[in-house]
Amino acid sequence: MSGLHDMTAVSVERLVTINREQGLHARPALELVNAVKASGLSVTIASPGMPAVNAGSLLAVMSQGFVQGAEVLLSATGEGSDAVLERAAEILSVSD
Amino acid sequence: MQNFSGVGVSPGRIIGQIRQMPKPLIEPADGELRADSTTLDQAASALRLAAAAVEADLTTRALAAHGEAREVLEATAQMAVDPMLHDAAVDVLSQGRSAERAIWEAGASVAQMLVNLGGYLAERATDVLDVRARIVAELRGVAAPGVPESATPFILVADDLAPADTATLDPAKVLALLTAGGGPQSHTAIIARALGLPAVVAAAGVDELPGGTLIYLDGASGAITVDLGPDEIAAADAWARANATLAVFDGDGRTADGHRIPLLANVGGSADALAAAGAGAQGVGLLRTEFCFLGRDTEPTVAEQIAAYRGVLDAFPGKKVVVRTLDAGADKPLPFVTDATEPNPALGVRGYRIVGTSRGVLERQLSAIAAAAADSTADVWVMAPMISTAEEAGQFAALAAAAGLKTPGVMVEVPSAALTAEAILSHVEFVSLGTNDLTQYAMAADRQLGPLSGLNTPWQPAVLQLVRLTVAGAQAEGRGKSVGKPVGVCGEAAADPALAVVLVGLGVASLSMTARALAAVAAVLSSVTLAEARALAQLALAAPSADDARAAVRARLPLLDELGL
Repeated sequence: MSGLHDMTAVSVERLVTINREQGLHARPALELVNAVKASGLSVTIASPGMPAVNAGSLLAVMSQGFVQGAEVLLSATGEGSDAVLERAAEILSVSD
Repeated sequence: MQNFSGVGVSPGRIIGQIRQMPKPLIEPADGELRADSTTLDQAASALRLAAAAVEADLTTRALAAHGEAREVLEATAQMAVDPMLHDAAVDVLSQGRSAERAIWEAGASVAQMLVNLGGYLAERATDVLDVRARIVAELRGVAAPGVPESATPFILVADDLAPADTATLDPAKVLALLTAGGGPQSHTAIIARALGLPAVVAAAGVDELPGGTLIYLDGASGAITVDLGPDEIAAADAWARANATLAVFDGDGRTADGHRIPLLANVGGSADALAAAGAGAQGVGLLRTEFCFLGRDTEPTVAEQIAAYRGVLDAFPGKKVVVRTLDAGADKPLPFVTDATEPNPALGVRGYRIVGTSRGVLERQLSAIAAAAADSTADVWVMAPMISTAEEAGQFAALAAAAGLKTPGVMVEVPSAALTAEAILSHVEFVSLGTNDLTQYAMAADRQLGPLSGLNTPWQPAVLQLVRLTVAGAQAEGRGKSVGKPVGVCGEAAADPALAVVLVGLGVASLSMTARALAAVAAVLSSVTLAEARALAQLALAAPSADDARAAVRARLPLLDELGL
């Protein structure tokens, strides 16, 4: 990645099915928030067609009540977006 | 430095450093404004720094914890710096409020949102409120609320402890409890006995001792010594050695001359029952069935009740288990049986009395107990609480018989029942003295009130007379029969080793208590003969006051002092 990419805010989206037994409660939500915060990027999560919330906020993620089997739309902006969404998708789709 | 004295409520002699429980956090005033000189940015930045400090503190604690406790601490640490919480606080800051007030209101609104979402999220609301309190404490530069953290075990000192404080209390870290307020029936006293921690309550002034002070605490006498000498060190050493022997009960309660007194446990669920069986309890003298009703808006089904009771019966195969039917009302209200508008709940529709107001609840419970008993080898007895007349005892016996239960009994906790024990026992097979309520009703003194603690002791001569009259009633009823009907005790009185000896001397046949007390009661009981116990009972009955009765009996039981009880 060269410095040029920093100048243009690239937005990446990804649709993921939650496979975690407890949905996005407790442990899985914490893993997602930790991954997002470690990336330093702005990442959101939403049910398709619904307003997106900050995926770096444990309270925001938990309050959505995402359950196992739900589809969610992840979006990230900035350099490294692909990598953080890859990591996030991994956290959501791994089966317990 | 001066010494202190309070009321010993849980025995043990211990030397340790104290840690003071922080004073409860006071809510920042509604509408509290920040200083004119502080900008919004400065306030937001102070809030962020405080939140980061709380996060760091909780993360450190998480690293030292394991399993579920670690996950909860990690999640709580994240909440401290959560953008949703922070943004909500900045909104309040923009109205000119102080940082403390801003995080207070933000925490309240986020917690309310979680409560509204219900279920698992509603349970997390308390974590948000905990984080909020920690951030406010950090902003004010005072100690965080809750049981203090320490790498080494300590004696916890507080004004008084609430259930929320003791819920997070780690018995491996806390050596003893010491409070400036509270009384012998306070939550602190009850939790100390349940955890087996030495404790002294009502020791005025101890909440001013500096943290880290080394003290000696005697949970039997209530003495607190700050200037330690060789006597205190020797006493604590002796207790530590005696405590090792007091941890074991051989499962055979008896007097020195071999007179058998079964020592049973009071339990409130299957986990309790397993622990009691592990502690050598010879059965269950009081199963509090409220455990499967509390916290519910509707009556549990018969199937749910059968499963709950079976969990307890399974811990005592082949042993006696006395199941007390639902004792709702007064200090244990239940929405589906209790009328919350009663002006005087202790004298209201509670215990057995619900039979007239809540149709079928007692009948369904008895059928569940009978079904659980049918599948178990435990010897299941059943008893009704709050019986006042022989007529009620007869009605209960008929209900038990209709359910197929063969050993009905009643509790004696209303003085009228003690005075009419002979007539009551003509209807039922046994009685069990509930000394806590019997004392409350005999002395007309609310159990919960600290200022009445002097009246609220089963050492009161009037209470001992009621025990004597109950036994006399049972003997009169049994005259001419080969075997009389037994009188047991299942109140706190049975857990006091000195009083246990007196009760046996008064003719009580079995004692049921918190499992923690079994070994101490067994040790002291086995140091006296039945004749000696009878002499001690006469001494207590003849004493002019509760204090005199206790002192006279204790003076004749030197083992108590040797064991630090």
